[in-house]
Amino acid sequence: MRVSLFITCLVDQMFPDVGEAMVTTLRRLGVEVSFNDAQTCCGQVAFNTGYRPEARSMAEYFLSVFETDRADFIVAPSGSCTAMVRNFYSELFHGTDDRQWQDRLARVKPRLREFSEFIVNELGVEDVGASFAHRVTYHDACHLLRELGISDQPRRLIRSVRNVDLIEMEAADTCCGFGGTFSVKYGEISNAILQEKLTRIVNSGAEYVIANDSSCLMQIAGGLSRAGSSVKTLHLAELLAKQ
Amino acid sequence: MTLPNPNLTQRSHTALENEVLQGALKRATDTFIERRLEAIASVADWEALRQRARKVKEHTINHLDYYLEQLVTAVEAHGGKVFWARTGEDVSKYIIDLARARGVKSVVKSKSMATEEIELNHALEAAGVRPVETDLGEYIIQLAHEKPSHIIVPAIHKTRAQIADLFEEKLREGRPNEVAEITAMARKRLRNEFLSAEMGITGANFAIAETGSIVLVENEGNIRLSTQVPKIHVAVVGIEKVIPRFDDLSVFLRLLPRSGTGQKQTAYVSFLNGARQPKPDSGFEFHLVLMDNGRTRILADEQMRESLYCIRCGACLNVCPVYQKIGGQAYGWIYPGPIGAVISPQLQSLKQSGDLPFASSLCGACRDACPVAINLPDMLLALRAKAKESDIGRKPAEQVAMRGVAFVARHPKLFALSGKLMRAFARLLVRDGKIQRAPLSPLKDWTDYRDLPAPQGPSFRQRWKQKDMK
Repeated sequence: MRVSLFITCLVDQMFPDVGEAMVTTLRRLGVEVSFNDAQTCCGQVAFNTGYRPEARSMAEYFLSVFETDRADFIVAPSGSCTAMVRNFYSELFHGTDDRQWQDRLARVKPRLREFSEFIVNELGVEDVGASFAHRVTYHDACHLLRELGISDQPRRLIRSVRNVDLIEMEAADTCCGFGGTFSVKYGEISNAILQEKLTRIVNSGAEYVIANDSSCLMQIAGGLSRAGSSVKTLHLAELLAKQ
Repeated sequence: MTLPNPNLTQRSHTALENEVLQGALKRATDTFIERRLEAIASVADWEALRQRARKVKEHTINHLDYYLEQLVTAVEAHGGKVFWARTGEDVSKYIIDLARARGVKSVVKSKSMATEEIELNHALEAAGVRPVETDLGEYIIQLAHEKPSHIIVPAIHKTRAQIADLFEEKLREGRPNEVAEITAMARKRLRNEFLSAEMGITGANFAIAETGSIVLVENEGNIRLSTQVPKIHVAVVGIEKVIPRFDDLSVFLRLLPRSGTGQKQTAYVSFLNGARQPKPDSGFEFHLVLMDNGRTRILADEQMRESLYCIRCGACLNVCPVYQKIGGQAYGWIYPGPIGAVISPQLQSLKQSGDLPFASSLCGACRDACPVAINLPDMLLALRAKAKESDIGRKPAEQVAMRGVAFVARHPKLFALSGKLMRAFARLLVRDGKIQRAPLSPLKDWTDYRDLPAPQGPSFRQRWKQKDMK
C-alpha cells in the first residue's frame, strides 16, 4: 500500500511533530509513505473568508501537484482540509469552461482520505500497536464530523491503544470556536465558545484531549494554556505513534 | 431600517458581558436542545421525513408562481380578499387604509416574524391605530420596547425576575412572583384587548394552495382568538410560506413542533378558510396579504434559493454555538442565528448586514438541526464570497494578504522560505514555550484571548529532507 502525504500547511509550519507521528504510525502498519514537497496549502482559508478567485488558484495548484501522484491514497492529518478538497473544491469549478478542472479533481478526490478514516476503512486496522497509560478525551472536530461523517473511526483507534482510558466529555461534538479566520475576526465570540468547550474537557477528568485537526487543537491548547490548566492536547497521530 | 448599533463586534461584546443574559441563554438553549432530541427520537425515520419536507419545499419554491396563483384563487373562492405587497410599506399602507375605512382603533396581533420584519407596529402607531401583541413573549417585548431575540421565543433573553420587574413598572398591579401570576396578569389585560379590538393581524405558518387554508401553529391560543374575536382578520404571509396540498401538512406538522419547541404537537393548530361568516353583509372579513419584501430577489438567485425553504422553527438558533453566546439581539435585526445570518443580508442588503455571515465558525450544527436540511454553512460561505466580490466591508490589508498567500502557495520554494521567516518572527515572541502577547493583528487578535503555541522546530518539509525520512 502506497500513501502520499498531504501535510496541511498548519502541520507543516506549526505542528510538524504531527506529520512525523503520521509517518511513524503508517510505516509501523507497513505502508509505503511518500511526501511530495511541491505541495503547499489547499486554499481553505481563502475560500472560507470569501476569496474565491484566490482559493481557486490554490486549488488548481493543489490538484496539479497531486493528480500525477501514483500513490494508492493521499492521506491528510486534518478533517477540515480533507473536506475542503472533497466537498468544496467542486464549488470552485462550476463554470462551463471548468470541465477539465472537474476531471482533474476526479483524479484526486476519490483517493483522498483523512488519517483515521484511512487506517480504519482502508487498512482495516484498529489496533496500531500504540500504548499510552493516561486518561484521554476525544473532541469531534466539526468538519471531520459533519462534512466527512467521521466519528467512530478515531474512537475505535483510541480504544485500541494499550492502557489508555477514553473518557467521553459532555457534548464532544460541539464546536471549539476556532472556525478559521472567525477566531481572529470575532476573537471574543470565538473565545466564549472555547470556554464552554474547556469546561467540558476539564470536567471529564482527562489528562489529554485528542482531536484529528491541529487547528482545533491550537485553539484548545491556547485556551488551556491561558487558563493555566494541566490538561494537554495531542493529535490522534501523535497518540497512535506512542509506544 | 437602520441598525441601532452597526458594529457586530460591539453588540456581541455587550451580550457577552451581560451575565444575566448569559445565564438565560444557556438555560433556554440547553433545554430546547434536549427537548428537541427527545421529540425527534419519537419519529421512526427523522432523516427521511426531513428529506421529504425538503423535496416539497424545493418543488414549491421552484414553481412558486403556479402555487401562489392557485392559493389566491382558492382564498378568493372562500370570499377572502388578497393583496400582493411588493414591499413592507405596501403591506402597512394596505392595512392602514383598511383600518381607516373600517374605523379600526385597536388591533390585536399574534406573533408574526413577517410583521416584525416590516415594523408594522410602528406604522400602525404612526397612523393612530393601537397594536397590541398578544403572544406572551411578544407582549413582554412590546412592553419593554425591545426587539425579539429568537424566532419562536421572542423574550428568551429575559429572566422571570426581569419580567416581574417589567410588569410591576408598566402594568402597575403589583409584582407577579410566580410564572402563573405573570401569565394571569397578562391574560387579564389581553382578554379586554381581544374584546375591544376591531381587527386581528396574524402571520401564517403555512398557506395551502389547494384549499386556500391558512395554517397557524401555537401553544397559547391567542392566535386563534386574534382570528376569531375581531370581525376583520388580516394574515400577513411571506410568499415562501405556500405549500401545495393539504396532505403535505402532515410532514410539516410533524417536523415543526419537534424542531421548534421539542413538542410532538402544539396545543393549537388552526385551519382558516376565509372569513368566519362569508356573507358580504355579515361584517366579517378575511384579508390575505402576500408579502414579497425581497423574497423574489432570493428566488432569482439559484445559489441562495434554498434559504426560502425555512419554516422558522428556530432549531438552528438553539444549536448554534455563536447564538448560544451572543443571543438574538446582537445580530442587529429580527432574524438571528444561522438562518438570520443567511436571510438578513438578502432581505436587507449585504451592505447593511453583510458582516453576519462572517460571524460563524461554520461548524455545521445548524444544517444537522434544520428540519428541511437547508445547507446553511454553504449559504454562509456563498454570502462571504458575494460580500468580497461586491467589496462590502472592504479590507485592503486582508485582500493583499490573501492574494499574497495565493501567490506564495503556487511557488513551493517561496512558500518554504516565507514559512521560515514567519516562524523566525514568531519565535521572537515566544516566552516559556508559548506566545502570550503579539503586537500585530491578526496574531494580536488571537493572543488577546488565547496563547499561541510556539512552532515546533523545523517544518515538516525540512525534517523530511534533513532526517532523511524518505
